[in-house]
Amino acid sequence: MHAYKAPLRDIRFVVHEVLELGAHYRALGRDDVTPDLVDSVLEEGARFAEEVLAPTNLPGDTEGVHYENGVVRTPAGFKDAYDKFCSDGWASMTAPAAYGGQELPASAQLPFAEMLCSANLAWRLYSGLAESAILAIDAHASDELKSLFLPHLASGNWAGTMCLTEPHCGTDLGLLRTRAEPNGDGSYRISGTKIFITGGESDLTENIVHLVLARLPDAPAGSKGISLFLVPKFLPTTEGRPGMRNGLRCGSVEHKMGIKGSATCVMNFSDATGWIVGPPHTGLASMFTMMNHARLGVGVQGLGLSETSFQGALAYARDRLQGRAATGAKQPDKAADPLIVHADMRRMLLTQKALTEGGRMLAYFAGQQLDIAHAHPDAEARRDANDLLALLTPIVKAFLTDAGMEVTNLGVQVFGGHGYIHETGMEQFVRDARITPLYEGTNGIQALDLIGRKVLGSRGELVRKMAGLIVDFCGTHSENPELKPYIAPLAAMVREWGDLTQFVVAKASAGPDEAGAAAVDYLQFSGYLCFAWCWARMAAAAQTHLAASDSEGDFYRAKLATATFYFERLLPRARAHAEAMKSGADNLMRLDAAHFAF
Amino acid sequence: MRRVLVGVKRVVDYNVRIRVKPDGTGVALDGVKMSINPFDEIGLEEALRIKERGHADEVVAVSIGPDDVQQQLRTALAMGADRAIQVRTTSAIEPLQAARIFLQLVEKEQPSVVILGKQAIDDDNSQTGQMLAALWDRPQATFASKIEINGAVAVVTREVDAGLEKIEVDLPAVFTTDLRLNEPRYVKLPEIMKAKKKPLDVLDVAALGIDLTETLKVVKYEPPSQRTRGVMVKSAAELVAQLRAKGILQ
Repeated sequence: MHAYKAPLRDIRFVVHEVLELGAHYRALGRDDVTPDLVDSVLEEGARFAEEVLAPTNLPGDTEGVHYENGVVRTPAGFKDAYDKFCSDGWASMTAPAAYGGQELPASAQLPFAEMLCSANLAWRLYSGLAESAILAIDAHASDELKSLFLPHLASGNWAGTMCLTEPHCGTDLGLLRTRAEPNGDGSYRISGTKIFITGGESDLTENIVHLVLARLPDAPAGSKGISLFLVPKFLPTTEGRPGMRNGLRCGSVEHKMGIKGSATCVMNFSDATGWIVGPPHTGLASMFTMMNHARLGVGVQGLGLSETSFQGALAYARDRLQGRAATGAKQPDKAADPLIVHADMRRMLLTQKALTEGGRMLAYFAGQQLDIAHAHPDAEARRDANDLLALLTPIVKAFLTDAGMEVTNLGVQVFGGHGYIHETGMEQFVRDARITPLYEGTNGIQALDLIGRKVLGSRGELVRKMAGLIVDFCGTHSENPELKPYIAPLAAMVREWGDLTQFVVAKASAGPDEAGAAAVDYLQFSGYLCFAWCWARMAAAAQTHLAASDSEGDFYRAKLATATFYFERLLPRARAHAEAMKSGADNLMRLDAAHFAF
Repeated sequence: MRRVLVGVKRVVDYNVRIRVKPDGTGVALDGVKMSINPFDEIGLEEALRIKERGHADEVVAVSIGPDDVQQQLRTALAMGADRAIQVRTTSAIEPLQAARIFLQLVEKEQPSVVILGKQAIDDDNSQTGQMLAALWDRPQATFASKIEINGAVAVVTREVDAGLEKIEVDLPAVFTTDLRLNEPRYVKLPEIMKAKKKPLDVLDVAALGIDLTETLKVVKYEPPSQRTRGVMVKSAAELVAQLRAKGILQ
């Protein structure tokens, strides 16, 4: 089991040298968020992730959560780490200052969120949902609810959940049945069963705030008749302390493939008291405030697991002696050379490295857009950022979690048979990662969101905006011969993206199955393109640095070498997706459902 | 005001594997993580505890060096120091010069306690605290593993070769810290945010009138020699013979 180390150098590279967030914060009027401050926060955050949290990961997986008679106990060490997380102020990092938060911009928190996911994903889920709940309550709830609940959520003393899924409805929320009836005093009685509720019950906090989707008695059928309610485990007293137990109970916890330290609960609501958040029948829209944030967060989970798996694989490949280098012994005094001398090991490690660092850049870029969308003084800048986010959210969620699966699987592969053994820690990352392409909307749903709502819904406008950024970047660097190996293929690919988008739009009107048939390949192509843009930007920053100074030359040359690997070895995969997509829906739909078994 | 003055030296982080520059002129610092000297971090923690126990009113962190040291001073402020002083210089500072700089600050700040690390993990001199006590003509309690302040005296447990030694010293005095004195706290996020607003004064070393002429000459840096391959001996007699041949056994 390797000791996770937060990749602070690479984080600083992306944050300061590529995205130049210092200037970005000044433009947002946040002169207080200086690069020094960000560095200090991340260094101390790294210390928490490495020293307090990471040691609980493997034991937490082995032990899992305990359920008995409605009560959930988290694995040993989880509560201590959580208490420290709260008392040291990490829970309140982005929460509004008005409710006791530190109000740091989202982009300054993302690297810390990444570290938490690397250190212990199952544990991280408990606090991550509270952050999303704060956003939804802050955006949509009444002032009374805000002042009653937000200070407790911001401090981490109370946790939050999202209660959407029911036994018969997951993706298709229009089917949901949980009822809410007015009590006449402004509150509601909520009844129904919710499943797959992360952190629905636990021993980490003194109270839990459930955000529950339910139907009012007069609600229209389908997804337009859903309202959002805030339903606490304990009803707050007038002093804001947890008071009477509310009418809800955890019926059981799921036995899962991974994230075993995270309690995935069946929640039974029986005349539980709740309050409406936002106007009636607009619950789904309000929940999406939370959902979009959570989807980016899931992408970051894929990133975090990729990073820690890469670190484990790299340490092993440098240490494990096996076979001789094809070019002759590299360590003649030892019985064999380390794994890393072998070309195929390097293929695996570089794939891990290129996907992880590319994902970091794309996720942090999305974080920067979150800041702008939230706080930029200029309305047009806010709209542009919202447009980019709308397009990028499904890509970050799906592409980074698919990458997480590939990278964590490669981590096992580098270890050979030892990777299959629980105690080395590598197989846990695969199992933990496996949930990420599933929850917060499966990656198939993300692809449909991208192609339906985002591409067709905007008649290609969102794609044009993103493509414009890439084209501008290529234009700026087209004269630099050192960057030609990156800029030339990037410029060609962004043109092809435009063509493919037009193709999809035209094809979608030709037949009802065409958009669905193209969706995943279209998302994959878009993901590889975004990563190519990220790698070209990182290469440009590295090359600019190297042209001026040789300080830390090896670090920057490694960036260029990894960029080259990405362009020459991974980017060609986009071709296959383009071809598959162009083949259309017929090859998927032709086979009769009854004939699949033949 | 009862004041504790704490030295905070910027050094290569203890997790970093040190590499010597190929030309032997020093240690490669390019892109290397820098931190507070671990013994100084323990000293700062002890100063904060002294204040928290009500034996001091103010903790002042001091660092000598270029503007980079402000990073470590900010960390010290985030840990809980009330204010910080940077003595600005780009010259390499020898222990006696550091002690003289501290003496000037001591005269200005009138602390009841000065705490320094027993040594810095970069050059491992272990001299500054002792020299400062001599120049100041006050008691010293070095290699402390426990410090109890009681009015105008302190009872200090020291780690010495023979074990532990307990001594009583009159205050003001100089303490240097050993590893087991305490375990430094984690920095809290809100404290990092607040640290930016705490005072950090910069004094130019020239203004203190300290002579920075080199008195120590560094000849060369080189990494420890690699362990060479062992030899298998066939019998105890051969082992003894080899040890004799090497002059290890008489």
